[in-house]
Amino acid sequence: MVDILDDPYQTLGVARDASAKDIRAAYRKLAKQHHPDLNPGSKTSEERFKAISVANELLSDVEKRAKFDRGEIDAAGQEHAPRPSYREYADAEGGRRYTGSARGESFSDIFGGMFDDGHHPSGPRHGRDEHYTLATEFLDAIIGATRRLVLPDGRSLDVKIPAGTRDGQILRLRGQGQSGGPGGINGDALIEIHVRPHGFFQRNGQDIDLELPVTLHEATLGGMVEIPTPAGTVRMRVPPQSDSGTKLRLRGRGVPAHGALPAGDLHATLRVVLGKPDPALEEFLRGWTPESPANPRSAMETKS
Amino acid sequence: MTGIEMLMTAVASLQRDDLERWIANQWVRPDGQPGEYVFREIDVARVTLILELRDELHIDEEMLPVVLSLMDQVYDLRRRLRRLDDAIATIAPENVRRELVAYIADPSP
Repeated sequence: MVDILDDPYQTLGVARDASAKDIRAAYRKLAKQHHPDLNPGSKTSEERFKAISVANELLSDVEKRAKFDRGEIDAAGQEHAPRPSYREYADAEGGRRYTGSARGESFSDIFGGMFDDGHHPSGPRHGRDEHYTLATEFLDAIIGATRRLVLPDGRSLDVKIPAGTRDGQILRLRGQGQSGGPGGINGDALIEIHVRPHGFFQRNGQDIDLELPVTLHEATLGGMVEIPTPAGTVRMRVPPQSDSGTKLRLRGRGVPAHGALPAGDLHATLRVVLGKPDPALEEFLRGWTPESPANPRSAMETKS
Repeated sequence: MTGIEMLMTAVASLQRDDLERWIANQWVRPDGQPGEYVFREIDVARVTLILELRDELHIDEEMLPVVLSLMDQVYDLRRRLRRLDDAIATIAPENVRRELVAYIADPSP
């Protein structure tokens, strides 16, 4: 039985007047988080994913959404086709068909002693791994930094936070855990990175989102503006007639390239700011007749 | 078990050249030879999964091998852990099992 919230808008975390695009984006974000094959074994994710799918199915269908809004059907008013689950196969022994990689790598580094050649790991004693957390500033995690971590025993570790580090990522410092004793091997220090939120940057995978305030003048006539990016300020041209909500993309100005991932982009969403009252502007608007008057709310008018 | 024609019919949104590229990339590994592939149920489920990841979740084909590889590794780990769990339950005496549980449950040394 799927535990469906009564309100599909709430399930997807969108407003009741959300556009189809917003709904799609919210669904995709949540689906990535809770897809059962990306969270094998998690009952919570499975239930959440079902609820998200049901909510999306309802809200992405204009007719069904209207019916729900009018109270004609409830949140569970749909028959939801059961999806064929890859997990059922992958979790069974038959899942070995897609073991590790095409080259058949195994986990001999972990399970070698038990699974691959049958002999028990003997030899040097291993010290235990120690777990720590380290809070970092948003930009340090984006562009990389070295931070000193003072351990409870008074030692201090210089932790190199690589560019592109994510919140919750765990860095391993080899040999910095508990001592393995004479002739033994030291354990590792495992450091979980907590990234503090930033005042105006938001990370979205490799991309960074930013809301950029612009003046009425800049939005209407266009012009050069300075946009903050993690790597410093960049000048960019705002095209004329750029409304609130217009998105500008600065290619390669998001999270820098790291590992196999290419650099992300910076997405600036414009927000027109009127600023302080301006008598001249008010005077002008009073005497102004638009060339082609339009009602921006025409799409909201009801027919009844 | 099913052939390529049956598979194309069963999975409506599947394009033949997509499928052939995925097989060439070894993301999907049917039995048999080109021209006479045989797909097991797990292959069909995997094709559906790849479509869902690509088309629903917008994980493009650049990123797909990363996602699939990590997923395969997680499933592989899960199968091995379950096997280990079975082995312990079957072979280890009661007191050893209790000690193992206590060791794993205790996060600090």
